[in-house]
Amino acid sequence: MFERLSDGFSSVFRRLSGKGEISESNVREAMEDVRKALLEADVHVDVVNDFTQGVMDDAVGREVTKSLKPGEEMIGIVHDRLVEFLGGVPTDDPSKIVQPADGVLRVSPGPTIVMMCGLQGSGKTTTCGKLAGYLKKRGRSVLLVAADLQRPAAVEQLHTVADSVQRDLPGGAQVSFYSEPDKVAAYGKAVGVAVQVCKRGVEFARGKGIDTVILDTAGRLHINDSLMDELNQINKTVHPHQIFLVTDAMTGQDAVNSAKAFHQKLEVDGIVLTKFDSDTRGGAAISVKHVTGAPIKFIGVGEKLENLEDFVPQRIAGRILGMGDVVSLVEKAREQVSDEEAEKLQEKMAKGEMTMDDFLKQLRTLRRMGPLKQLLGLLPGVGSALKDVHIDDKQLDRVEAIVHSMTPGERKKPDGIDMSRRKRIARGSGTDPNEVGQLGKQFTTVSKLAKQMSGLSAMNRVKAVKELGEGGMEGMLPGVGGLPGFGGMGGKGKPSTVGSGFKGRFKKRR
Amino acid sequence: MGFFSKTLDRLRQGLTRTREVLVEGATGIRSMLLGRRLDEQLITELEKALLTADVGVMATAKLIDGIRADHKAGKLTRGEDVLDYMKGELKAMWPEQDRRLRFASAGTPTVILVTGINGAGKTTSIAKLCAMLRKQEKQVLLAACDTFRAGAVRQLEIWGERLGVEVIKGQQGGDPAAVAFDACKAALARNADVLIVDTAGRLHTQDPLMRQLGKIRSVLARQIPGAPHETILVLDATSGQNALRQAEEFGRAMTASAELPGGLTGIFLAKLDGTAKGGIVVAIRSATNIPVKFVGVGETPDDIEPFDPDGFVEALFAA
Repeated sequence: MFERLSDGFSSVFRRLSGKGEISESNVREAMEDVRKALLEADVHVDVVNDFTQGVMDDAVGREVTKSLKPGEEMIGIVHDRLVEFLGGVPTDDPSKIVQPADGVLRVSPGPTIVMMCGLQGSGKTTTCGKLAGYLKKRGRSVLLVAADLQRPAAVEQLHTVADSVQRDLPGGAQVSFYSEPDKVAAYGKAVGVAVQVCKRGVEFARGKGIDTVILDTAGRLHINDSLMDELNQINKTVHPHQIFLVTDAMTGQDAVNSAKAFHQKLEVDGIVLTKFDSDTRGGAAISVKHVTGAPIKFIGVGEKLENLEDFVPQRIAGRILGMGDVVSLVEKAREQVSDEEAEKLQEKMAKGEMTMDDFLKQLRTLRRMGPLKQLLGLLPGVGSALKDVHIDDKQLDRVEAIVHSMTPGERKKPDGIDMSRRKRIARGSGTDPNEVGQLGKQFTTVSKLAKQMSGLSAMNRVKAVKELGEGGMEGMLPGVGGLPGFGGMGGKGKPSTVGSGFKGRFKKRR
Repeated sequence: MGFFSKTLDRLRQGLTRTREVLVEGATGIRSMLLGRRLDEQLITELEKALLTADVGVMATAKLIDGIRADHKAGKLTRGEDVLDYMKGELKAMWPEQDRRLRFASAGTPTVILVTGINGAGKTTSIAKLCAMLRKQEKQVLLAACDTFRAGAVRQLEIWGERLGVEVIKGQQGGDPAAVAFDACKAALARNADVLIVDTAGRLHTQDPLMRQLGKIRSVLARQIPGAPHETILVLDATSGQNALRQAEEFGRAMTASAELPGGLTGIFLAKLDGTAKGGIVVAIRSATNIPVKFVGVGETPDDIEPFDPDGFVEALFAA
């Protein structure tokens, strides 16, 4: 997508160059691709139209300079506008990409009351648990109140979630659970009962001096008047300080309708986007933000209770335009590799001392991060190239087997593997001597590259990886040559170091 | 007819209640088309309406290109013509025969494997399937293979109690394939007519979880001849274009080996009682070959209807 957009813009601007100013008619042509990209990302049609018009107004009248890549420059404008649309501040300064989030407001005297609401299946109960974990880590005690009396076993689910947050997640504060199981009833039979349950839950928290109360309400359709009214009653009775709307990041065009209905009834204070670890482009984020005006506070990025992150507009902007999501990639890498480990490896690579064992370790780390294709897809520009390429993760099994069949000496110095050793290794790993030879060669290339790359900036590394991928896609180890880059990215500490080059691609024309 | 009348009513009711909520200009395609002369302006409006229904850029372009071509050729001149044209095109996508539930030969339990992403509505949809089959006087057995999510087994059990159906379960956090195995044994021993297998919600991007689904499937296939006779993907009607990826990936996971071809045999379109039109199934149908078999239109077990293209197309155009 990113390539397509970029090419589309480039061809339009190529025709333009030397002709002076950007006019509406030439931009309109190029914007058609942006429009498609946004629609495919599930941004609402009306929002897309508003947005593209805004970008056109922004672009028209600008001078076409002799810039080499006017297409990318135009996308830079689109990217920045998207970031603004999502409530962020476009910046060329990488250290500002990750902006401090205000998280969950705290009132004094407590308890702070947070109400979660949303459609069925958007992920409210899981998000309640995640939010409790988020607060626990910050030293705030939490009471989870089971106000979903409709869905069978919803109360039990929240109870289990509360227990596991208390037991398994870091932080000193207490996470407790409040429910009135006898109030549970079949769908539509217990409407209104939740109001009193919430009220008593809040009183319970006040009595115990608990910092924050999270109300887990039942999922409901925005057009179900009696259930929407119940939410309104809860709102009027317990006066939550924050109302969060939980929205599935995979929602389509209808996200606008439901968000608008919830917002009209309740005045939503923040949005939590769930299931962001899927490969959705997440355009619903833009629609929801647009109709409610409320900030996107958190994103859910996994099934585990610790998988809740502060929202960073740049991430979604990049994803929507299909530019990849380097921030996600770095975060995934950081989950698996400690800074110290990465630093050590970096040194080794710089000196050209990487061994097959290091290589194996990296390979395993990489595999823990997810399927290869998905990871490569996060790299800018690689996603679209990979669309129809089938990457078989099983090939990596073979590579592991080959390395396992090597002696420690061979792993240290793979150059010394002669034909007879090659045959032995092939027998031991159930592979072909040619494959063993190929791996040896690739390893040498990679370590050489690693040595060279250690001097490059993060963005140039990504570029180098990309070029490697383009050249060797049909090779035995597609993209694994990029490993040194990953290790380095993780090791540099802040994701923002990657951002430097990443943003550099979209420098604004002055 | 009749099939979808309930849906239509609900949909209309829903829309009147929320008319003020709806985005400006998102009036129904039907009212937009009737009594108007076909021109570029109308075609643009039509395109927008289809996009708003989540039909998707590609599938919409296909429909619109067809209309434009026929318009140039003079075959379509009025709004009514376009309505008929679109109905014809969309209905032709779902021929009658591939929407029926496929049953095993007599004496063998029919196995229905139910899959989908988190929160799509699998368990509720299973309750609905179960209620429908009970009405057809079939003996049904449920397998609680969602051993992952807290409360999932209990949720299915509550439905089992309400519907008078036995639930085969295992340990929380245990191997779902083992539960599937036990359930097959139980279905054979009790001579059950139908075994419905509930699975944990999983994102199609989670490779290990998708492989686990393949394992459940092969366990079923080994225990009962021809199983699973139906492999259903539950899809949230509010989903956007990502649902296409879901259909592709779940289909792939279900065709893991050459000896066990199969893939997905149908879609259960859940939560169609909201304002979402579920147009994504048009995109899915034009990209893959998976038919829609059922729709869910409410919270009670009786809120299930066989998918009816006529009604669906009507609802797509209604407002």
